[in-house]
Amino acid sequence: MSGSLSRAAAALLRWGRGTGGGGLWGPGVRAAGSGAGGSAEQLDALVKKDKVVVFLKGTPEQPQCGFSNAVVQILRLHGVRDYAAYNVLDDPELRQGIKDYSNWPTIPQVYLNGEFVGGCDILLQMHQNGDLVEELKKLGIHSALLDEKKDQDSK
Amino acid sequence: MELSTKYLMEKLQRDLAAEHVAVEDNTTRSLCACSFRVLAVSAKFERKPMLQRHRLVNACLAEGLLHINAFEQKTLIPEQWARER
Repeated sequence: MSGSLSRAAAALLRWGRGTGGGGLWGPGVRAAGSGAGGSAEQLDALVKKDKVVVFLKGTPEQPQCGFSNAVVQILRLHGVRDYAAYNVLDDPELRQGIKDYSNWPTIPQVYLNGEFVGGCDILLQMHQNGDLVEELKKLGIHSALLDEKKDQDSK
Repeated sequence: MELSTKYLMEKLQRDLAAEHVAVEDNTTRSLCACSFRVLAVSAKFERKPMLQRHRLVNACLAEGLLHINAFEQKTLIPEQWARER
């Protein structure tokens, strides 16, 4: 499988690994334990509580998996600072529960405005084709990439 | 439950009437144990948004995914595939 999509994905998988940065762009890392649980009602509330919700292996500061890291890096690129990140490695009930709830077999998982968007592949493709900027705009989130583009256009 | 790439490819080919299928063991590249990378080209993806396409693939590989730790997929319609080559 060749193509720019896989090269971009490969870059994102490697990028940022080990560069903790703790709190620099601190997304709200919600504790997955005590009450996050795995029931459909609890998860329903969880994904609707914040505009951007991600379920990761690890935390935004220390992702434990390349695909989870890719999601974190994409959100960072767009300047999305305020989002809820739940670490499924902390809570086996949450880990299985979210897969059942989304009817999706893998982590990471991304929710925008309470709606399941997909995993890392889909987020990456949305990032590359401009859909993510649009979806963020609908949520009232102004992507940082728009500002970059504006700067470039005005030079 | 056999998890060979050959098995996955054949199942995808059958269930999706795929024009082209590629399955790679992705373990080394992704650094996640038991990880696969799938490319599927099928007319069944026509007019379907990405999420629906991916769900079709997920449904097809449902049994295999119980044993797979990590999984990447790329879903194209024949027209997109022709353009990419």
